Amino acid sequence: MKYLHDIGEYFIMLKRVFGRMTKTSVLRGLIFKEIDDLIISSLGIVIFISFFIGGVVTIQTALNLNNPLIPKSLIAFTARQSIILEFSPTFISIIMAGKVGSNITSSIGTMRVMEQIDALEVMGINSANYLIFPKIVAMLFYPFVIAISMFVGIAGAYAAGVLGGFVAGEQFLNGLQNDFISFHLVYAFIKTFFFALILATIPAYHGYYMKGGALEVGKASTTAFVWTSVVLILANYLLTQLLLS
Amino acid sequence: MIKVNNLHKSFGKEEILKGINTEFYQGKTNLIIGQSGAGKTVFLKCLLGLFEPTDGTIEYNGQAYSSLEIEKQRELRQKIGMVFQGGALFDSMTIAENVMFPLKMFTKQKKGEMMNRVEEVLERVDLRNVNNKFPSEISGGMQKRVAIARAIVNKPEYLFCDEPNSGLDPKTAILIDNLIQEITKENDITTVINTHDMNSVLEIGENIVYLKNGNLAWNGSKDEIYKSEDESLTDFVYSSELFKKVRKAQLKGL
Repeated sequence: MKYLHDIGEYFIMLKRVFGRMTKTSVLRGLIFKEIDDLIISSLGIVIFISFFIGGVVTIQTALNLNNPLIPKSLIAFTARQSIILEFSPTFISIIMAGKVGSNITSSIGTMRVMEQIDALEVMGINSANYLIFPKIVAMLFYPFVIAISMFVGIAGAYAAGVLGGFVAGEQFLNGLQNDFISFHLVYAFIKTFFFALILATIPAYHGYYMKGGALEVGKASTTAFVWTSVVLILANYLLTQLLLS
Repeated sequence: MIKVNNLHKSFGKEEILKGINTEFYQGKTNLIIGQSGAGKTVFLKCLLGLFEPTDGTIEYNGQAYSSLEIEKQRELRQKIGMVFQGGALFDSMTIAENVMFPLKMFTKQKKGEMMNRVEEVLERVDLRNVNNKFPSEISGGMQKRVAIARAIVNKPEYLFCDEPNSGLDPKTAILIDNLIQEITKENDITTVINTHDMNSVLEIGENIVYLKNGNLAWNGSKDEIYKSEDESLTDFVYSSELFKKVRKAQLKGL
């Protein structure tokens, strides 16, 4: 029953988020701030992880391809498919559930504890719109983060494969272009769009409706991370089934 | 003026407010007092519209809040200033931005005009040279003053304060009490203060509402308290040794 209550409360929150809008000039400033906090500040860690995971995927693929009949270009093909289809959209999103998600839950949860959300409500401001809507809009820029992750991941794969001596540069570039299906990119970005909404709203829900004090803010952040990850994995499965099968 | 008619509030099967009838007067400092668990905070949140009453009505200048359309309720809320117990200042904003916030949200004033008003109210609460500081960089007493400045910046008709002097030293607490009373008189607003502080009760209590177990147990002014024969009220107000001596002195007419 509690899960049903929570799901219902989540959708009520979403209705409130898209209800009475905050003044446009104020909202504009909030959106830019959230883009900085949630998107720009995540680029460093995304680039770092993507580059090295791209490299690791390449090395592991290369080390497992012992059969001389299998062309070396397959290393690049495998790296490209892994990065575009799963690593960048899904695994970066789970990492972001930790970084962006806990940021959202703790910032909104702290405002709840400090009565700042009550202060907004008393003033006649739609607090859900004021606090959550800018985060959702900012997260619409999340596909750009994933595009960068894909690019850097493949660059990491190239660096590890070619500079590590596992594959020649020309072979790598050939493999990268082999059997390229552009819909796979579309699929990845459709997934990313849904993941962005999940990343913005589930942590926001856990912060917005949290009860208690500072200790509960920490607990809410952990719960938000767990539930965001679970929903991301389920959504990943559903979207893959719907779009690729 | 705020009129409360037969206000009930329950959470599940637990009834917190059990039919309160009272009035809060314009131009006066109205105090809500009572022991912990008496229902003061729930009462205040009902007055603020944060909790919907289970039964009964709350009238603001003759208009029942619950009968107003949502847009009208929102307009009414813009006439309310609130000082929260912890200040509820926005951590990510400077003091000037905090005070300017209601103006930014609800008026079409230019930045210069807003800044002038911010300077004016900060001066009124005796705060200078703090515009660019953040809430974490000023003391608790100063935070309360900023909260009062933010509450009055948009010239509210109603001012609510939830334990405005909790956590403050006695001298600062009295300054805050006096400041709230002065602002109430200057602007002729209806001020409702939820407090535990008996200094405040005896200092600025022009209309005191005493709650006990969710009921209105007593209503009167600070001058009427010591004459009251309501034992639970006198026990509550004069609970410390110091206040027992004050009561003896009051009864002797000193």
